[in-house]
Amino acid sequence: MAHIDYLLHLADNAVVLGQRNGEWCGHGPILEEDIAMANISLDLIGQARLLYQHVAALKNDGATEDALAYFRDAHEFRNYTLLELPHHGALVGYAVDNRDYAVTIVRNFLYSALMALLWEKLQTSKDDQLAAIAAKSLKEVRYHLRHSQDWLVRLGDGTEESHQRAQAALNHLMPYTQEFWSTSDFEAQAVHDGVGVDTTQLKADWDSLVQHALAEATLQLPSTEGFVTTGKQRVHSEHLSFMLNEMQSLARAHPQGVW
Amino acid sequence: MTAQAKATKALSEWPLWEVFIRSKQGLEHKHCGSLHASDAQHALQMARDVYTRRQEGVSIWVVPSHTITASAPDDKAELFEPASDKIYRHPTFYTIPDEVGHM
Repeated sequence: MAHIDYLLHLADNAVVLGQRNGEWCGHGPILEEDIAMANISLDLIGQARLLYQHVAALKNDGATEDALAYFRDAHEFRNYTLLELPHHGALVGYAVDNRDYAVTIVRNFLYSALMALLWEKLQTSKDDQLAAIAAKSLKEVRYHLRHSQDWLVRLGDGTEESHQRAQAALNHLMPYTQEFWSTSDFEAQAVHDGVGVDTTQLKADWDSLVQHALAEATLQLPSTEGFVTTGKQRVHSEHLSFMLNEMQSLARAHPQGVW
Repeated sequence: MTAQAKATKALSEWPLWEVFIRSKQGLEHKHCGSLHASDAQHALQMARDVYTRRQEGVSIWVVPSHTITASAPDDKAELFEPASDKIYRHPTFYTIPDEVGHM
């Protein structure tokens, strides 16, 4: 059902990025930033919870928010591929020490810029519950955008090394944003039903937001040509299953566990 | 450079800021701590994340720590002790009519 797939797409986006950003908890570059990133992760996980609860209520088949988050496999997730990528650039090792905060910041910026536009429009969704979640999430994502854009400018217009790493992160991640504008069947149906928002209508605003920030950060807009990823259509990169494995292992080891 | 060394370097290069939070409309800003940040905007943002996570505030001030002029701890005796035997400066000796209520 397109309505449910659409909600799962939004929920999976939030939980996957929330989990990824959560990897910095206790390992952030400085104490204040560690706390800031954990705050952002918790905002995202909070959004995912509301959406999963809504899906569970709509499905009305005994599914719970936990079942949706912890007992679906990678091929059932509908998040953008961009959000499941590890925190390091292309063609470097996967060790914790290879994490690059520039990748984290650039990804949060690109995604938050989209969601600031999308949540705003979703406030008038025909799905009242989704509209209410959008109103709450909009405030959160506006802060995420401010936080990531602020760091983007500091890194881009900072030292030679920070500039080079921010540009490399941008070159690495920008092609994945093409998935924002590709329309899948469930999205088209959700838009048709008045539940969802056509993201292609947001592209001009997103482009100008990104260009404005990049200009301030003295970064070059890279090419966005090439392969268009298909995470939202449940075909993912190799990274998602490893991430979910870690995220879901506790719930799967203790399926009846309660807090 | 190790992550630890980098973090230490950041702390030594970033100036210290004092953070003041106003908890409610109408109340005054109160000092609640300090943090390192590269500039004022950065300090505000970090103060928001570090000091208002549990709804502690509705307004934040950040002030460069070096702009604060403080009294010296060694001057304590001459600055503050002379007030200790002047209890008549407290308004507790006045009787207040009942109609006035709580002041």
